[in-house]
Amino acid sequence: MKSSAVAALSLALVATAACERESRRFDPPPPGAQVGAQADVPAMIAHYERNAYALAAGKRLFSWYNCNGCHAGGGGGSGPALMDDVWIYGSEPMTIYQTIAFGRPNGMPAFGTRVPEDQLWQLVAYVRSMSGLASQDAAPNRNDALEGKLPESLMDKPQAVTSSPGGTH
Amino acid sequence: MIESAHDALLPAGPQAVALANLWWVLLAACVLVFVAVMAALAWALWRAPRATTASAPDTPQRAGEARMRRWVGAAVVVSGMLLLLLLAASAFTDRALAGLPLGDAVHIELTGHQFWWEARYDDADPSRIFTTANELHVPVGRPVLLTLRASDVIHSFWVPSLHGKKDLIPGRESTFAFRADRAGIYRGQCAEFCGWQHANMALLVIADEPGAYEQWASAQRAPASAPASDEERRGRELFATSTCAMCHAVAGTLAQGRRAPDLTHVASRLTIAAGTLPNTAATRAAWILDPQQFKPGVNMPPHEFAPQDLAALGAFLGSLR
Repeated sequence: MKSSAVAALSLALVATAACERESRRFDPPPPGAQVGAQADVPAMIAHYERNAYALAAGKRLFSWYNCNGCHAGGGGGSGPALMDDVWIYGSEPMTIYQTIAFGRPNGMPAFGTRVPEDQLWQLVAYVRSMSGLASQDAAPNRNDALEGKLPESLMDKPQAVTSSPGGTH
Repeated sequence: MIESAHDALLPAGPQAVALANLWWVLLAACVLVFVAVMAALAWALWRAPRATTASAPDTPQRAGEARMRRWVGAAVVVSGMLLLLLLAASAFTDRALAGLPLGDAVHIELTGHQFWWEARYDDADPSRIFTTANELHVPVGRPVLLTLRASDVIHSFWVPSLHGKKDLIPGRESTFAFRADRAGIYRGQCAEFCGWQHANMALLVIADEPGAYEQWASAQRAPASAPASDEERRGRELFATSTCAMCHAVAGTLAQGRRAPDLTHVASRLTIAAGTLPNTAATRAAWILDPQQFKPGVNMPPHEFAPQDLAALGAFLGSLR
């Protein structure tokens, strides 16, 4: 009886070793590193979108770099809303990366030379989490200040409606 | 690194004197009680009845019991009086701390960040307001009134040579006043665990003679000096167009980020990275390339600059006196 309990306990301990502990990297890639140089781009994108630290850092940078100035907490202002499922250029991580890094016509500035690569991907992951596209168990689940919108972890994943660029919405 | 006082028992201001006095009173009372208790214990051991083979092991000694009771009663009364005395000393110290006259106080808004201090010197005239970081200059003999805020987590302001501690709590403004009566450099330290680099979140309070303080303050109010050479001009250009300007501000240039220390007069400070490194051209350059090497977990990312770009940036930063 006693030995079987010990065996079950040690088995449970061994099983916890399989749990993935989220790691925070302190050696982010230098700003010179290009996306193409990454060996496995989808894996790298998935790393950011499933990483609670990266998503939270993206949320902080979103306010630090004054994205709110035009996108107003994701609700949109002089820039488009980010928390809905309407995407002018598409919701693919690479597309959002290009939007932030190289800018878009009608006002979106290019931040590629000003924001390090690592932070760009944190921002991409966070922008996707605003409409529920990033991993919801890693997305920020609490706002620091009083805000009218739901935290990112509660945003519903949009239904698989295909919206053509500039489509009717 | 920097010769600075960090000692609650070498007070440099009236409040630190009151706190140091209270500390000595407490120490004296505790030493007195400890010695008395130890003496009583030694006396009891010395006088204890010795068991012999002839005597029963647990024979109560009734003789002299009433006398003992009187001694214990007296000790209880003395202990109670000592505790009341300490309570009174503590209350009088509190009154002394709060009694600092605040006429013509220098008003500084101090904000705690992970892991640095932002100081905004307030003034009735908005054009005389200026911002600096990690280093407070205060005039000797004039009170300083701090408004304490935190931007992220709880920090605590503690300059032991000048005063006790006061927490900086996000969303909750508090005030704290002190006065430095001797010129000198006093080291402060975040005293509430605030994250990985809590230990490297130091603050220097530099007490200047009033004339020197005014000179320093008027220099701090000035915008950054115009670049004197082509290299400095290129450094300024680089600063405003690369990552730096996203978080740092240099008054008088396009760089107006407010998320990291204001660098308008960075070369006039004694340390960089909140007391982590001495402020020299070499440490500034090494810090720009890889801050995580010196302060892992700090919010500044590593950078890759070509050697001539780094030299230009260094020349620009070195000109910000």
